[in-house]
Amino acid sequence: MIKSYKLQRTIADVVIYVILAVLGIIWVSPLVWLFLHSFRAEGGVTVPYVFPKQFTLENYSKLFTDTDVFDYPRWFLNTFVVAVFSCIISTLSVLMVSYTFSRLRFKSRKMFINIGMILGMFPGFMTMIALYYLLKAMNLTQTLPALVICYSAGSGLGFAISKGFFDTIPRALDEAATIDGATRNQIFWKIILPISKPILVYTVLTAFIGPWCDFILVRIIMGDKRENYTVAMGLQKMVDREYKQNYFKQFLSGSVVVAIPITILFLKMQNYYVEGVTAGGVKG
Amino acid sequence: MTFIEYKSLTPAQRVTYKVKEFFSLLPGRCKGFFSAIGKFFVNLFKSFGAGLKGYGARFGAGDMSTKLSYLIMGFGNFTRGQVGKGLAFLAAEVLYILYMANFGLVYLDKFDTLGLVAKREIILPNGRKSVEFVDNSMLILLYGTMSILLTIVFIAVYVANTKAAYEAEQTQKAGKKNLTLKQELADFLDGKYHITLLATPVILISVFTILPLVFMIMIAFTNYDQNHVPPGNLFTWVGLQTFRDVFKVSEGASKGYTFIQLTKWTIVWAIFATFSNYILGMVLALMINKKSIKFKALWRTLFVITIAVPQFVSLLLMQQILQDDGVMNVILGYLGIAPISFFNSTALVARVTVIVVNMWVGVPYTILQTSGILMNIPEDLYESARIDGATPVVQFFQITLPYMLFVTTPYLIQTFVGNINNFNVIYLLTAGGPKKDLSLYQAGQTDLLVTWLFNLTMNSNDYNTAAAVGILVFIVCATLSLITFNLSKSSRNEEEFS
Repeated sequence: MIKSYKLQRTIADVVIYVILAVLGIIWVSPLVWLFLHSFRAEGGVTVPYVFPKQFTLENYSKLFTDTDVFDYPRWFLNTFVVAVFSCIISTLSVLMVSYTFSRLRFKSRKMFINIGMILGMFPGFMTMIALYYLLKAMNLTQTLPALVICYSAGSGLGFAISKGFFDTIPRALDEAATIDGATRNQIFWKIILPISKPILVYTVLTAFIGPWCDFILVRIIMGDKRENYTVAMGLQKMVDREYKQNYFKQFLSGSVVVAIPITILFLKMQNYYVEGVTAGGVKG
Repeated sequence: MTFIEYKSLTPAQRVTYKVKEFFSLLPGRCKGFFSAIGKFFVNLFKSFGAGLKGYGARFGAGDMSTKLSYLIMGFGNFTRGQVGKGLAFLAAEVLYILYMANFGLVYLDKFDTLGLVAKREIILPNGRKSVEFVDNSMLILLYGTMSILLTIVFIAVYVANTKAAYEAEQTQKAGKKNLTLKQELADFLDGKYHITLLATPVILISVFTILPLVFMIMIAFTNYDQNHVPPGNLFTWVGLQTFRDVFKVSEGASKGYTFIQLTKWTIVWAIFATFSNYILGMVLALMINKKSIKFKALWRTLFVITIAVPQFVSLLLMQQILQDDGVMNVILGYLGIAPISFFNSTALVARVTVIVVNMWVGVPYTILQTSGILMNIPEDLYESARIDGATPVVQFFQITLPYMLFVTTPYLIQTFVGNINNFNVIYLLTAGGPKKDLSLYQAGQTDLLVTWLFNLTMNSNDYNTAAAVGILVFIVCATLSLITFNLSKSSRNEEEFS
């Protein structure tokens, strides 16, 4: 009896290993394909076989040297600058708003929270056109600061997760500090923030990655001003029908170049991410 | 029904009972939702009324310099030693008047008609004729809205000014000294710290989210479509006509038909996308976290790595892989299967494809987010189930799934609403196609309401329809979120999970 139970368990484990391995391969193989074919020397858009026949670094070198039509290095720099600035502004806004809603008590707090939640439920695209004309009135269209504004201005609305995190920090900490004569300002910077590393990392990470992934706002704001594109917009342009034939392999290598730093960042911060999300996002 | 009665039902009866219960409670919840909204407005007006009352009362009770600050803002503070505060109020007044006189009034004046003269002919100094654009309805609407919002803010500042003047007077009468500017600023780091922290985000959100949003909501009540694009053309208020068009089904490619078709597909999509990810992600998380399974970090990384790659990269990649001559069809060829046209054959194939690809994108998120919670399920539940001879499948459906549903309802709703608004997957994969149903207006058969909204603004300039669709999507999402938010709040009171 016991033996058969053990056997059953081993069989179950083997089945699970097989399923995990098969699914794992399915999940990773598109990325492997991307990586391998970014080194492909022959062919244009597609080849009638799975593995490339010849490997070369030309796709990568072309990406950084052949900048007449698609100025990839410039786009990379643009995205980096925009990401850094909007990351700083977004992180500060999110933390300030969520700390306020979580720890401070004032008269219209509930109303502010409700308004924040309601605003978050409108489809983001609704405001695009108005935003464009607003930026145009400020003479900012086709510039990078416009992108920074778009990515970070509304970020305060994403307070839910970090508010959830702050809610889990015992209030006794604040009270003890208040008795010791700390102002709320000092409590925020010197007590709460230092122990909020997971949510801090999570917020910084999401804010930093945002600009690397957006391709809608860039299209509307930049129009045909190519030198101010970001990587996402540029890469999407590369697979447009008119360029695809010549630039598809550069698209692949360009994708790898964007994906690698973000992947490393993400894997390093994965634990913070999980901690941040589970602590802040889900409450039973 | 008592708990015992419920337990004696068969599983099928339990499900029907639950479903029945949900729908019988639904009207009550909807009522609760709308009465909450009503209450919100009532409270808003009440506090508004109270503010107004205080405003009048203070005018009667205050002395001369308090009364004067009703005209010259900050006067009361100024005469009572609070120079900095007084100057700040005065500056606000001057700036507002300057803005209105030079800019705001011009647009507010035309706000009711949104402009009457679109263009006129002028004769240039060199004798040639040219066309000059006069009224731009869009700018009138935008700047008019801006002026109205600014005026509301100004009124709030103005009332605060009268209050500050009156308080300064009272403090002085009581023989106390008014706070100096320095003390008052110091209070912004402690007692009024919420104002300091919220000021910048609120200003940013007001200008770049609320203003555009109010503007677009107003657009829904105008006839700003492809035939009325400024400059050169005017648009004007039409009331609810746009909404009527969205619901009206007529011959040919009508907006009403499109709206109904896309709504159906959006709901189907949201249900499939949400639950396929949820169930598969949870099963995988369970497998990875099973005690006897080794290399947990490896398995997790294999799946999670797809999150790390920027979504547009992975989606564009998938789109290329699934092309007619893409690598997927090459592999199918090796297996002796005829090539499939994933995006361009029938609506069904394309729809299944996007749902499957969405699983590839979304399952890792569920794995990440549910792993932690799965670890927290009390182990003794499983133990007693095992003693009772429950198989793993039974355990999953009787313990894991109910527990997870119980704990993660808010997350699930969030995902559902997120999927209704899931723009990236559809836009990057199919761009709405296949576009074979010609009675759809500006849409393909995999277009969701949000991607339709995008097409309407970017391709066909039907801004009013887009705004109306946006509002409808908002109403659906908000209702869903709030109803389930109440639901999870009430279930939160149940201390234990049984």
